[in-house]
Amino acid sequence: MIQRYTSRERASHWLVALFFFLAALSGLVLFHPSFFFFSQLFGGGPWTRILHPFLGVVMFLFFCGMALRYWDDNAITDNDRRWLQRLSDVIANRERNMPEVGKYNAGQKMLFWTLVVCMLLLLLTGVVMWRPYFAGGFPIWLNRVAVVVHALAAFVLIMGIIVHIYAAIWTKGSIRAMTRGTVSDAWAKHHHPGWYRQVSGK
Amino acid sequence: MASLQSLDIKARSGQTTPAPGVRDTAQVAKLIDESKCIGCKACQVACMNWNDLRDAVGENVGVYDNPQDLSPSTWTLMRFFEVEQEPNRLEWLIRKDGCMHCEDPGCLKACPSPGAIVKYSNGIVDFVSENCIGCGYCVTGCPFDVPRISKTDNKAYKCTLCSDRVSVGLEPACVKTCPTGAISFGTKEDMVVYGEKRSAELKERGFQNAGLYNPAGVGGTHVMYVLKHADKPELENLPKDPQVSPMVSLWKGVTKPFASALMGLAVLGGFIHYVTVGPKEVEEDEKKREEA
Repeated sequence: MIQRYTSRERASHWLVALFFFLAALSGLVLFHPSFFFFSQLFGGGPWTRILHPFLGVVMFLFFCGMALRYWDDNAITDNDRRWLQRLSDVIANRERNMPEVGKYNAGQKMLFWTLVVCMLLLLLTGVVMWRPYFAGGFPIWLNRVAVVVHALAAFVLIMGIIVHIYAAIWTKGSIRAMTRGTVSDAWAKHHHPGWYRQVSGK
Repeated sequence: MASLQSLDIKARSGQTTPAPGVRDTAQVAKLIDESKCIGCKACQVACMNWNDLRDAVGENVGVYDNPQDLSPSTWTLMRFFEVEQEPNRLEWLIRKDGCMHCEDPGCLKACPSPGAIVKYSNGIVDFVSENCIGCGYCVTGCPFDVPRISKTDNKAYKCTLCSDRVSVGLEPACVKTCPTGAISFGTKEDMVVYGEKRSAELKERGFQNAGLYNPAGVGGTHVMYVLKHADKPELENLPKDPQVSPMVSLWKGVTKPFASALMGLAVLGGFIHYVTVGPKEVEEDEKKREEA
């Protein structure tokens, strides 16, 4: 067994995950009528409106800690570009002779940068549309831009997380990295050979 | 049973299926003839009186506008404009501001809360404040800067066109009280005809650009003006061609159902991928390789 995430990293991930779910469910209430029933989870419409921005800010703060920690591990390399060209092989589980993957593969890195951009956009536009505190302080045209960008960024973020969750279910042996902190040698050797060499010295 | 419910709802916020709308009532409209308005503010008083609203006493800032802006408890307001289009020809334009009751209401389009904003078949756009969640999207959606959100209860408020009076066959309170007859009320059709007649009369009297303000960009409005300078509504802070902001249409139009469907499809796609292509299982791969 190889240690992949420390207890602190795991706690931080699940705090972001928890607040993501709360912010996403409360945000979807305001996104489309078909999701309005989620407001029941938050104590009704007004409570959803009150809580959503606070949940989002807490998510952002926890995410910042995580983003800084993994920032360097997610730098895009030439290997990553080659890996991405074979994305269809990855999806079809044909992974012979893939370019060497370090701690994260190109897909994980893309998700990371997508999250960074979306989180920032959500925070900035969220403040612009935050009632009753800040929205009135911005010109109406900016409120209008903010609501569109906020919805788009949230959509991209949710899609990203759907892919993220599925990838964890798909790639057996991954979930325990975030629940127990460890992965098997075989898992590390197969999915992240570059990282495996580095941590095991083999 | 039916007597206590509205069967004349044409559109309802936050709802994707039609609301009860079997009762088709005549379209109504309020026509404000600014050439007859003397700025007495009786309409403001009548509005306060009928709706039982008292705004806080404000301060004099050297203009006649009082209060200075629409507010949760000021649903109509006389706005005064000192305009000098030609040198030394001062004109004092007075406009009774308030909700325009758009045929295509941006507030309703933007509102996420089921039933917080309704449009009746007579054209009145009404806020059902008990359903309001205070998100302020109606403010974003309104091209006329009308809804105001209360700082005490976080609900949005605006002119109801006295929907309660109109529903029992009375005219709105401001119409009832106007001492010069500058405000009239009737069917939309009649009001358009009357507004055009008044515009023609004003033209004869030298206001060449007089006309009816019934902007097409929001599908027409159920509050219309006869303006002395209909070519320049901006003189009185009225948008020349009001439209629901393309940002709001983009945000609330096809994008959201489309995006919702995509999110559902992404989850479904993941499931189908799992049961067709299958998971990535390393242990077994490695064992097989070792055995081979």
